[in-house]
Amino acid sequence: MPIDRSIIGATSEPVVFEVERGAIRKLAQAIGDPNPVYQAGEVAPPTFPTTFRLSIPRLKLDPNRILHGGEEYVYERPIRAGDRITCVRRVADVYVKEGRSGTLTFVVSETEGRDPEGKLVFRGKSTVIVR
Amino acid sequence: MILRNLKAGDSLPPLVKEPISKVQLLKYAGASGDYNLIHTDVETARAAGLGDVIAHGMLSMGFLGQFLTDLAGPENVRRLQVRFGAMVRLGDVLTCRGMVQSVEPIDAERSLVTLDIWAENQRGEKVTTGAAEVFLEGGGRGTI
Repeated sequence: MPIDRSIIGATSEPVVFEVERGAIRKLAQAIGDPNPVYQAGEVAPPTFPTTFRLSIPRLKLDPNRILHGGEEYVYERPIRAGDRITCVRRVADVYVKEGRSGTLTFVVSETEGRDPEGKLVFRGKSTVIVR
Repeated sequence: MILRNLKAGDSLPPLVKEPISKVQLLKYAGASGDYNLIHTDVETARAAGLGDVIAHGMLSMGFLGQFLTDLAGPENVRRLQVRFGAMVRLGDVLTCRGMVQSVEPIDAERSLVTLDIWAENQRGEKVTTGAAEVFLEGGGRGTI
């Protein structure tokens, strides 16, 4: 599936995510992390931004052909229950590598999450590999 | 857990997780919102050439998040970065490990500790590798 580099710069709409205690608890339970802070739903685990699903309209990927290559989160402060975080995701890079099984396309996207005052809460970077 | 005088080269106490189960992958799909069926439906996984379902890469990153917050507390993770290098399958037992790269004092109370982290399977293969930065109390002593 060839992906044109002109997709670089395409963005999602900004989406406001309300961080709910139940969502924190569910993610921690799925991970199998018994930390009482998560079970109380107070502070979110460090991988919580994965629940902030943001689609980029111009970026169409076949779910059967993609693999997750990597992920990064950098925090200005922890995410807590009750936070309202506005997220925007943007295609940051597209590049091709020759793998053993043929050409692989790497799509890198970056997400920023901000509080209602516009202060940065976290930055995310995700690499998806298209087979 | 009390670790005293952390310094570059120190290994951290490992976190051994339960074997990956189908129920865990279903729960993780629901909790994370990643409903890609290669993680939960064997027919889809086979059609995609994977043989059987594979775990969400993010689940192994979640394990590494637990490893970090067991060490530093849920409010003290500055950065968590991983690369998903190999697939994780049903029944795999992942162990999270880490090694201290540096300990930088921030002020009298806190240090920023940079770590190499990874999750390996029961055959000792590193499946998810990365780096992290956590805040630990204890100034330049690197003590928590």
